[in-house]
Amino acid sequence: MNKVHSLISRDHSLADPETQLHIINQDTPLLCTLPRFEQMLEQTGLWPLRPAQIEILQINLGYMCNMTCKHCHVDAGPDRTEMMSRENLEACIDAIETSDIHTIDLTGGAPEMHPDFQWFVERISRPDRKIIVRSNLTILTTTQKYRAFPEFFKKHGLEVTCSLPFYNKYTTDRQRGEGTYDRSIEALKRLNDLGYGRPGTGLELNLVYNPAGAFLPPDQSELESEFKKNLREKHGVEFNQLFTITNLPISRYLEFLVMSGNLEEYMEKLVNAYNPAAAEGVMCRNTISVNWQGYLFDCDFNQMLAIPIDDNSATHIRDFDVYRLTERQIQVNQHCFGCTAGAGSSCGGATT
Amino acid sequence: MGRNYYDSDHLRQFPKITELSEKLGSKFFDYYNSVFEGDELTAREKALIALAVSHTVQCPYCIDAYTEASLQHGVTEGGMMEAVHVACAIRGGASLVHGVQMMNQAKKAGM
Repeated sequence: MNKVHSLISRDHSLADPETQLHIINQDTPLLCTLPRFEQMLEQTGLWPLRPAQIEILQINLGYMCNMTCKHCHVDAGPDRTEMMSRENLEACIDAIETSDIHTIDLTGGAPEMHPDFQWFVERISRPDRKIIVRSNLTILTTTQKYRAFPEFFKKHGLEVTCSLPFYNKYTTDRQRGEGTYDRSIEALKRLNDLGYGRPGTGLELNLVYNPAGAFLPPDQSELESEFKKNLREKHGVEFNQLFTITNLPISRYLEFLVMSGNLEEYMEKLVNAYNPAAAEGVMCRNTISVNWQGYLFDCDFNQMLAIPIDDNSATHIRDFDVYRLTERQIQVNQHCFGCTAGAGSSCGGATT
Repeated sequence: MGRNYYDSDHLRQFPKITELSEKLGSKFFDYYNSVFEGDELTAREKALIALAVSHTVQCPYCIDAYTEASLQHGVTEGGMMEAVHVACAIRGGASLVHGVQMMNQAKKAGM
């Protein structure tokens, strides 16, 4: 199994967001002929795309990660040093305290690797507020420090949403690196021992599936049953919900599509699977993403593609203003077809 | 127009079949789509059956389509290969069971 390195560390052309956008828009004659995402929205009466109510603040604490998964849309890895400053964390706290946002979604990289992770959670933790940590699981099996994190999650009632691309070792390790499956199971057992994913504890443990290849996710509830059956029978592991997420054609997943000759077919597949109901429920309508520098984006994908938020709106977390953000126009491009294909895709799984 | 048989683009062009016979073509596709909806068998089980049958009828378009459908339904590669062996076993067995006819005929015809 080849070791994966971040695009940036390889000085790869795909590390550049503009190159990525150029490729998915017009790299081949066929890609040029595909309908534009905004045209599809217009045909379904959703153009210009506007937010509904902003309910979730997704904070990307930084791009450092202990893993280098093949499909990562962040291009995260151990070599990435971008981390949110204390000043920007303080600005996030101010934004949370002065708004009605009820859900804080912590992501990265591996958000646990941010040196102020625990400090930050302690500051924002409140019984009526939902805090989600997007964990890669393996980080919880590394050092003494990270092995203690599940207790910390429990203490603050964090919802743990973690990646597990499949319920077998072969598929999981192929996508996320050798040894990932065994370490993920170890972490899941630890979380189960603390009550996570167990009935009646209120400690939510959700898994994220994303396809290990150039295809769309299956039916979420059907796959959830398969995951539950297999993980229970093989490892005694339990969890609450499975979220199926479609891979968006950006960053390292885009690299896979280009290198494997799957780009055209995949883009065509996404476009053909456009579902108006999924378009209506896209997560950018109720979520705001903030990057390590404090800048706001319509979603984590736009953040990675450096597509700035509508500049009529507040563009930095220190100027956070829910009213102005609700008035903004959401910025779209061809990668957005990933969120509207089939049953739809969001950080909380299928949207229809 | 090319003279290539089994051009992978033919699968993309399959819906054009209705151009020369709208009524029959549309009826076929309606039927086809209904067949693959989950009912007593799940859509996943149907995809695997289709994959095995695709190998029996040796249809490259179907093999591509139902390999992908199986992956999409979360079937492992090992699972898909098991399905292909089921097809192979039935197909091989179907030849072999005719050996009984051969044996009986040989017994009857021989001295």
